[in-house]
Amino acid sequence: MTSIAQLIKTFTLWEFVKAHWLTLQYFFKPKATINYPFEKNPLSPRFRGEHALRRYPNGEERCIACKLCEAVCPALAITIESEPRDDGSRRTTRYDIDMTKCIYCGFCQEACPVDAIVEGPNFEFATETREELLYDKAKLLDNGAKWERAIAANLAADAPYR
Amino acid sequence: MPKVTVDGLEIEVPAGATVLQACEMAGKEIPRFCYHERLSIAGNCRMCLVEIAPGPPKPQASCALPATEGQIIRTDTPMVKKAREGVMEFLLINHPLDCPICDQGGECDLQDQSVAYGRGASRFEENKRAVTEKYMGPLVKTAMTRCIQCTRCVRFAEEVAGIEEVGAIGRGENMQITTYLEHAMQSELSGNVVDLCPVGALTSKPYAFEARPWELKKTPSIDVMDAVGTNIRLDSRGRAVLRALPRINDDVNEEWASDKTRHAVDGLTHRRLDKPYIRKDGKLVAASWVEAFDAIKAHWTGEAAVLAGDQVDCETMFAARALAGASMLEGRQTGLAYDTSSLSAVNFNTTIAGVENADVILLVGSDLRREAPLVNTRIQKAIRKRGAKVFAIGPVTDLTYKVEWLGDDLNALTKAPKALTEALKNAERPAIIVGGGALRYAGVHGAALAFAKKFKLVRDGWNGFNVLHFAAARMGGLMLGYAHDGGIKKLAAASPKLAFFLGADEVDYSLFSNTFKVYVGHHGDNGAHHADVILPGAAYSEKSGTYVNLEGRVQRGERAVFPPGDAREDWAIFRALSDALGKRLPFDSVDALRGEMAKAVPALGVEGLANYGWNEPSLSAEVNGKIADYPIKDFYLTNAICRASETMQKCSSELVHGTQVLEAAE
Repeated sequence: MTSIAQLIKTFTLWEFVKAHWLTLQYFFKPKATINYPFEKNPLSPRFRGEHALRRYPNGEERCIACKLCEAVCPALAITIESEPRDDGSRRTTRYDIDMTKCIYCGFCQEACPVDAIVEGPNFEFATETREELLYDKAKLLDNGAKWERAIAANLAADAPYR
Repeated sequence: MPKVTVDGLEIEVPAGATVLQACEMAGKEIPRFCYHERLSIAGNCRMCLVEIAPGPPKPQASCALPATEGQIIRTDTPMVKKAREGVMEFLLINHPLDCPICDQGGECDLQDQSVAYGRGASRFEENKRAVTEKYMGPLVKTAMTRCIQCTRCVRFAEEVAGIEEVGAIGRGENMQITTYLEHAMQSELSGNVVDLCPVGALTSKPYAFEARPWELKKTPSIDVMDAVGTNIRLDSRGRAVLRALPRINDDVNEEWASDKTRHAVDGLTHRRLDKPYIRKDGKLVAASWVEAFDAIKAHWTGEAAVLAGDQVDCETMFAARALAGASMLEGRQTGLAYDTSSLSAVNFNTTIAGVENADVILLVGSDLRREAPLVNTRIQKAIRKRGAKVFAIGPVTDLTYKVEWLGDDLNALTKAPKALTEALKNAERPAIIVGGGALRYAGVHGAALAFAKKFKLVRDGWNGFNVLHFAAARMGGLMLGYAHDGGIKKLAAASPKLAFFLGADEVDYSLFSNTFKVYVGHHGDNGAHHADVILPGAAYSEKSGTYVNLEGRVQRGERAVFPPGDAREDWAIFRALSDALGKRLPFDSVDALRGEMAKAVPALGVEGLANYGWNEPSLSAEVNGKIADYPIKDFYLTNAICRASETMQKCSSELVHGTQVLEAAE
């Protein structure tokens, strides 16, 4: 019996018909791929992308130079130097992240007691040279200014689960 | 010797031990905040609670309870744990949650112990207490809201530093620690309260916000600010030493360090010599090592004079001696010329720890508080614990304890006043301390030795004759023969063609106008200004060196960081120079050098007290005149490192010269 069915299938090119039918089905289905970079996938509020240093709404830096992120960083990517600012408060004079070392584990933002260092939603920061990936404090604060709205929304969205 | 049982383990403890000490001997860790081994017992933090039978059925503070025969002590019961957790919760009621900005973070007793005994979250919903900041001087930064009122600082100031300026005002929740009228602490030991403070209420001001303890490299070293040879730990990050902390050594510094030891380290990065210089047409011009060596070679006659400064290690002095010959060596920069035929006659024979046991002490022209603050604390201890009587010859100065001043006339040595002879007659362990500065007066050395003989200061098991030096290099220098007969004047009179100055900044350079002067040192200070050639060397933090302290204790420190720029370790400079001069020195490493040094002076090869024996040189005991003043005018600016240090300059202007420095509002 099986050999007869097989024979029929062979002569009617059944496999071909089946494959074309499947293709035809997908032809009318919505597409799974997106037209990056003109379209983008949705990101989780917990997405760990490019780092940013945030400020308070009044413009004051959040970072207090406690160095917990530096201590927790498993890739030793963070370097901090600090001293008393003129008003006596504790601030960083240097806050560097070597993005080539960073493994995007998110420990730094977990360790931060004031939500100063965060990994924002940005993942499109490829550069042409290595040096551009050695971020300093100005670059990180600039990131913070650029992404503050998205970061704040993400933190608020994630807050109930913390 | 009472026998007690700690958690089922029976141990014997010395009579007079407390329950806390008994627990420690049994290997049980007892949490504590107010208790400290070297201070009196206060018993006010209540963290050290244990359960004791027989006794009332409640936890008791173990630090203030004597251990008695048959006690059964439990440190691990639920009751003890609950009681300690209760105490911890009370302590944390008013303690702010500002660990991230607190400099104590990472080395904080409260942090550590709250891991074991703290709750996850606070149940306290009322307002926390806030306390205004207090001003405690240029070295101690305060954040008094963090204070848990353990009173360690108060007890330290009173019992060890001997100043009654720190105290507590108010009661209960309103209790505040403050200095008298909020003046700076007038003490050379004020930095120690920072170490003592179990929380971040008192922190180091110059070190504020600089680094966290976990990012520092820790190197054991020996301090060179005075001749005590304080055992220190240098904490460095990258190429900079950020702070110096005392290491525990009961024979030398216990666990204290003077403010100069602690806070002069910022001078190590300022005004450094980082390349060789040659004087051309009266001006110092930067040069290469080869040019500098060539300039020296032009004046080399096969021999040279060497003048060692106050902070030089034995390796440097030995390397210089090996190259320049031993005929013209001198380490006593200020022109002292005392007899050095017997090292025991210029040594602190009683030893630093031993002077605690003295019952009558005579100070001759020695301002101990500035010359050796840590020896001063020992005498303070001798007075407090054993009721020692202290007499002194010299101008009246505040030594922080009661002193019977015998005037500044040196004749008091030969014709001792009645009060002194009476006291010495009944004394079991009398001691005389001759200040290194007093030795400049002719006959003082001999008269002091005669005094020691007359009153039998040297007896069985006790040597009460002491000379107190205040240069870290002095005893090592004397052991290596850095003492020219007749002192520096006579050496200069021989007008050597070439002289090496090893970090010598107090020398009167006008004496050496006809000499080609080579300065081997680390700071651009007095010596460098007068030099014809400067060879940049390493400071004490940048080389592993052997130092001999004032009691003849040979100690070694290790290298914490590398010297800046082209500077090299001093012994290596002499080794390289020896090649250029065609007199190759027989060592290529520090170890080889130490081997050679131990061959020449065996005592320098072994760490620990060098044994000089006891033999008296016969010196003229005739003495005349008065002690005009003490050699140290400004405690905070005694050497090149201090003078380059901003912190020390600030201390000097505020604490010595009394100018008020306006602080930025915090």
